[in-house]
Amino acid sequence: MNAHDAPTLRGKTAVVGIGETEYFRHGKSPDAEFKLALRATLNACEDAGIDPRRIDGFSSYGNDRSDPSRMAAALGIRELRFSCMQWGGGGGGVSAAVGNAAAALATGMADCVVVMRALAQGQYQRYGRGQVEQTISGEYALTVPYGLISPAQRFAMKVRRFMHDHGIGQEALRAIALASYHHAQRNPRAVMFGKPLTEEKYDQSRWITEPFHLFDCCMENDGAAAMILVRAEEAADLPGMPVYLLAAAAGSDHRCAAWSHNAPGYASSSFPGVARNLYRMARVEPADFDFVQSYENFTGGVLMALIEHGLFSAEAANDFLKPENLIAPGGALPLNTSGGNLAECYMHGLELHLEAVRQLRGTSTAQIDNARLGLVIGGPMVTPVSSAIYGTGTAL
Amino acid sequence: MTTSTNTTSANTTATRYLPPGLPAPVADADGLTAPYWDALRGERLLVQRCPRCHAWQWGPEWLCHRCHSLEIAYVEVAPAGVLYSWQRVWHPVHPALDQAGPYLIGLVELPDAGRVRMVGNILGDPLRPPRIGEPMRGVFEHAVDARQRPYTLLHWEPAAG
Repeated sequence: MNAHDAPTLRGKTAVVGIGETEYFRHGKSPDAEFKLALRATLNACEDAGIDPRRIDGFSSYGNDRSDPSRMAAALGIRELRFSCMQWGGGGGGVSAAVGNAAAALATGMADCVVVMRALAQGQYQRYGRGQVEQTISGEYALTVPYGLISPAQRFAMKVRRFMHDHGIGQEALRAIALASYHHAQRNPRAVMFGKPLTEEKYDQSRWITEPFHLFDCCMENDGAAAMILVRAEEAADLPGMPVYLLAAAAGSDHRCAAWSHNAPGYASSSFPGVARNLYRMARVEPADFDFVQSYENFTGGVLMALIEHGLFSAEAANDFLKPENLIAPGGALPLNTSGGNLAECYMHGLELHLEAVRQLRGTSTAQIDNARLGLVIGGPMVTPVSSAIYGTGTAL
Repeated sequence: MTTSTNTTSANTTATRYLPPGLPAPVADADGLTAPYWDALRGERLLVQRCPRCHAWQWGPEWLCHRCHSLEIAYVEVAPAGVLYSWQRVWHPVHPALDQAGPYLIGLVELPDAGRVRMVGNILGDPLRPPRIGEPMRGVFEHAVDARQRPYTLLHWEPAAG
């Protein structure tokens, strides 16, 4: 079977609606988390020009608490046909959730799927603060008693080793943070709108855990985001401009989850295999992208994810990762053009997908001229991870 | 901070590297990790090795990842390795650590045990720059949990130090 006969999602589905709530600082949402999920879904339906009762499928990730059956009851949906949670990986599942939605549509399991994520961590447990327990067993027993607890601490040593192996400097991480903050200054939705970041402010910010400064770490926020997908042929009947899914891929490499930091490919964002599968399905090359949205849990993960998606080599990282290369519209590789998890909103990466749709529609606050193809990379360094590629009709 | 026993490659310390209050490690209810934690209390380091294909394995699992033998066993190895990576933690994420920082965490590779890796603290001055590739030796730290049950952690220090 040659590449053109292989089973594929390429071009079979399209995003026809995007919506979000107002984005809040952590703990500041006046609304319950579930109400945020409903509001974002309604907004996405309005954007798509569809009756919310047309939704018959829900797809999410990261153990989202907004249960699809409750959503369907609240929205008065006539028939629920698809409810799918991507297993594991937290924000690494964001592009997989889109892929799962597309797979359901392409196989006729559902006709209109919403991909959604809602977070109001002030009402629940934060990620960046450890649980207080007296004893611990399993994998965590091998790390937590040594004070290795939070996500930043789980990933810092991967990044340290990668930077050591390839001679990559702190300035490369700084450029990634600066790009997100730069774009957030043009985006009124962004939590960090009106709060610019400078090189000096980055350098002087406190360490969280080396090699991560404060500004290398994502925010934690309250809010919700949603995207409506339908099959490509039905997208043409809707009022808006469809944005086509060219590929989605999820997974991780050999024994990525081996306990106690024993992944054979340790100093990695977990993306080499996923990127290969993604490009094969989309039939594109890394040089084809007009922009990249790359999930920032920590800037060091973005560094490795961009390299493992073939956008530049590890040896070129110090030279390529300069703010001027990463800024829209003129940069060689505009990155995180809404501000992303660092500066727009930590919507667990779904805001990056909404931004990709905006770029391809021509409605971004940091618009790239004639954008037709974009890459969205999900949360790096976890397992499984996932990526997606979107394009305009001319990119198909 | 450490007291050498001068008899083996490993040391012991009576001083806690981090303040009390972090969760104490206990063996899994299904028994998978019990041999490891039991042996540490006796100052012996165990990792898994397959008796059939001789693959090394860490962390522990019920199955040899290479040959799928369910007879995977624990074997004793010397607590000696090289530093594979490290981090210096400044921001506390647990109440017990609010006054503890900065502190060092190391990832140590065991060349004589199939290059498996172990997470532990790096003892000594937390501001000393660790060097990836430097030889490390294990240091056993004995402690008791909130209910006075003993447990032992395995830390690391530069072997040349």
